[in-house]
Amino acid sequence: MLFVIGPVLLLTPLIAWHYRLSNTRSAYRPQWGFSWPLEGLIWVPPILIVVFLAVFLWRDTHELDPYKPLPGRPLEIEAVALDWKWLFIYPEQDVALVNRLVIPAGQPVHLSLTSATVMQSLLIPQLAGQIYAMAGMKTQLNIASNKPGSFFGEETQFDGVGFQNQHFTVQALDAAGFARWLVETRAQRNKLDSAAYQTLSRRSTLPHPLAFAAVAPGLFDRIVSLAEPSGHDLLLQKQPPHLLPMEISSHE
Amino acid sequence: MSDAGVWHFLLGDLSWGALPFVRAWRDPNLSEIIGAAAGAVVVLGAIAAFALITTLKLWRTLWTEWLTSLDHKKIGIMYIVLAGVMLTRALIEAVLMRTQQALAVNAPGIVGPNHFAQLFTTHGSIMIFFMAMPFLTGLINYVMPLQIGARDMAFPYLNSVGLWLTVGGAGLMMASLVIGEFSTGGWSGYPPYTELSYSGGPGPDYWIWAVSLSSIGNTTVGINVICTIYKLRAPGMTWMRLPLFCWTSLCTAILMIFAMMPLTLATLLLAADRYAGMHFFTNDGGGNMMNYVNLFWLFGHPEVYIVILPSFGVYSEVISAFSSKELYGYTSLVLATAAIAILSFTVWLHHFFTMGQSADVNAAFGIATMAIAVPTGVKIYDWIWTMFRGEVRFTPSMLLSIAFIMTFVLGGFSGIILATPPLDYMLHNTLFLVAHFHNMLIPGTLYGLLAGYMYWFPKAFGFRLNERWGRISVACWVVGFYLAFMPLYVLGAAGMARRTQEVFDPAFRPWLIVALIGALLLGAALASLFWQLFVSIRDRDANRVPVGDPWDARGLEWSVSAPPPEWNFTTIPQVGNRDAFYWRKRNGDAYLPADDYRDIELPKGTACGFVIGIAAAMCSFGLVWRIWWMAILFLLLDVATVIVRSFMRDTTRTVPAATVECVDRLWLAQARAACPVAREFEQCERNKGLAQWTA
Repeated sequence: MLFVIGPVLLLTPLIAWHYRLSNTRSAYRPQWGFSWPLEGLIWVPPILIVVFLAVFLWRDTHELDPYKPLPGRPLEIEAVALDWKWLFIYPEQDVALVNRLVIPAGQPVHLSLTSATVMQSLLIPQLAGQIYAMAGMKTQLNIASNKPGSFFGEETQFDGVGFQNQHFTVQALDAAGFARWLVETRAQRNKLDSAAYQTLSRRSTLPHPLAFAAVAPGLFDRIVSLAEPSGHDLLLQKQPPHLLPMEISSHE
Repeated sequence: MSDAGVWHFLLGDLSWGALPFVRAWRDPNLSEIIGAAAGAVVVLGAIAAFALITTLKLWRTLWTEWLTSLDHKKIGIMYIVLAGVMLTRALIEAVLMRTQQALAVNAPGIVGPNHFAQLFTTHGSIMIFFMAMPFLTGLINYVMPLQIGARDMAFPYLNSVGLWLTVGGAGLMMASLVIGEFSTGGWSGYPPYTELSYSGGPGPDYWIWAVSLSSIGNTTVGINVICTIYKLRAPGMTWMRLPLFCWTSLCTAILMIFAMMPLTLATLLLAADRYAGMHFFTNDGGGNMMNYVNLFWLFGHPEVYIVILPSFGVYSEVISAFSSKELYGYTSLVLATAAIAILSFTVWLHHFFTMGQSADVNAAFGIATMAIAVPTGVKIYDWIWTMFRGEVRFTPSMLLSIAFIMTFVLGGFSGIILATPPLDYMLHNTLFLVAHFHNMLIPGTLYGLLAGYMYWFPKAFGFRLNERWGRISVACWVVGFYLAFMPLYVLGAAGMARRTQEVFDPAFRPWLIVALIGALLLGAALASLFWQLFVSIRDRDANRVPVGDPWDARGLEWSVSAPPPEWNFTTIPQVGNRDAFYWRKRNGDAYLPADDYRDIELPKGTACGFVIGIAAAMCSFGLVWRIWWMAILFLLLDVATVIVRSFMRDTTRTVPAATVECVDRLWLAQARAACPVAREFEQCERNKGLAQWTA
């Protein structure tokens, strides 16, 4: 890349200084304004560089497409963007987490994303790029962690006063750890049914992550098809929107 | 009607709580107090301006000579004054935001989340719509007719309407500081966040109407500039003799016409959602936010080039003048400008690679984005070769141009990174993106506009600006930029999301502190810019350049006195070359009296433009607060003004030949009396605006 910007960074100060007015030894050709060789030099190499980069861009964009499945049988996780938290549903395991994502290390994970509120964007910088989550729509992201570890996850699309608190930890556990986590989670009592979802989906931030031992079947699909009203939607039906408080700081 | 009903009819949704002073009284925390202080600055500033004008008894002059003027030069100056005021506010907001983030590492900082969100929304909206746009429109307005040898714009009255619509929009931005609050949805205002369901209250409405007024105003500017360049060029001013600033103005104007409409449409559809319960961009009822995102960036990307191209024009003029050399590669520059203008419509999708479209689509738009680097690179090299074998003087404008070239390529480099979809997936919505677009827009737009301001200032006001303070200001702009934005590249690559009011990683703190120092330096840069203006006005008598050509420059704008007469040219010039005035000087055809002096017809001042703009702002204010009588009343006033104006027949006035001759001969006498000044001494007091030309 220095090949492109290097000459500019070098030539600009050199030429400006050498041809300064007070340097009487430098040439002065006020009527010189065109040269075919120079024209060729400033048009052709940049075009070639762009063509060259374009080939790589095309290849890499397809290779690293977030929709492209990773090799192996993936773990399915459904992510729902809420104000101001992330809900992760494990449909095959019938558990759910809020503001915490646990994945098995060494196995690909296929995330389906939607939003129960405004547009949001899920980014786990160490594991994958980001993708938007939008209400009434489903987007996808394929991620994987090669080894166990703890990673930072965040929401990057501004979505209101709780935005800065909407981050979470991603934990990649080895197979035994993942199984243990599953058993522990299932041993809890709380269930993510419509009532719990309504409380969860009000505009609020959570002081700490939550876990649910069971999930109402088909919850994600109902959220995608806008058939499952959020707590915020229900509040709106009762009160005109401009009377709703904007600042809600913690979970009720 | 009950008492409450009457009040609601009269005042709509307005209540005491709308005033920041009342909010600060009720809940005196630092964030509210800062908000109240900002409101107080607006109110006190308005009172001070009012008092100053009254004590100096300037109301009549202000009204007849300025507010109702249709002179393109005065309209241009008013645009730039507006840009200066708004730049000051938006820069203070930037410093506040940097302070907040530097202090808010695992701490609440000084402004609350809602306040912080308003700050980044107003900062972005103002910098684009009420700083960059008025500044470049002002420069084009002032310079372009002079460069093509015209007496005014093609539609002087439309020009005034455009100005006052923009001022009206800026007025709404200022009103939101004192009454109510502003949107928290960012300068791009993405729904559904900006829909009623998620952002009740007046904020997004302020944003919608301020942006709508500005976008309608800018559409009129585009039409006016295009018609002026198409139809009012002096005889002999063929396309390939057009100064480069006019070429970039033309391309910008074309972009304005095509790009402003999607924006106006998007904001009006959003208004339909909010006011009439429609479902264009809502989650439910068949709405789709992706349509908004596409419409917005269909405007938003060409907008980048709308604000950058005029600066490219300025650089072409400045570098050529201060290198005393013909522009290298004129044809290449024209082709590159046109290529950028066309390509700018093919890349809007790169603002949302992460919205879930296929890799084919993303790759195609990524490649289109990289393609823009080619004509841009060509321009950079053309400017470098313009300095080659020239006589370069390091005036403040020239220093800004050199700083631009070297800084802009770094921004272009990070642009190539972001244009690559797999990398954009990581960097989108982070501070890396914020660093990138400031890296493009501060050198690419602001430096250019400031260079243009310093370059043409002597032409507009008849005296040179103080060079020393100019250099100090330039140094602060450049060092401040690097300190403020290079850390953001690092923070963004480390995953720090943009628009966060609180920061949780202590490792970010040192970088945020450096960025804050940079922001403070940028504040110092603006302060020294104002100080430069003050010092220059104080010492104006020593630095006058009445003959009008202080830099031995090349375009027709330098062939008239400084400041130019109201009618610009005593006789419309005949153009035989590119760089018309340069050759006229060398052929001995400059500073000659006219063969015969004739009456000159000029547009007569009118209050209609002022009334239309201010009434539109009042109508918008009524809409924001749901004060329906107010909205309807001022809408009718707007319609009535347009109709009344269309019946006015007596819209021009004549300057008698005797006056023209008198003014011209006075100027020619000054030119004869002046001592030609060599390039070495053009920054000295002996420069009276008559250049000594050798080669």
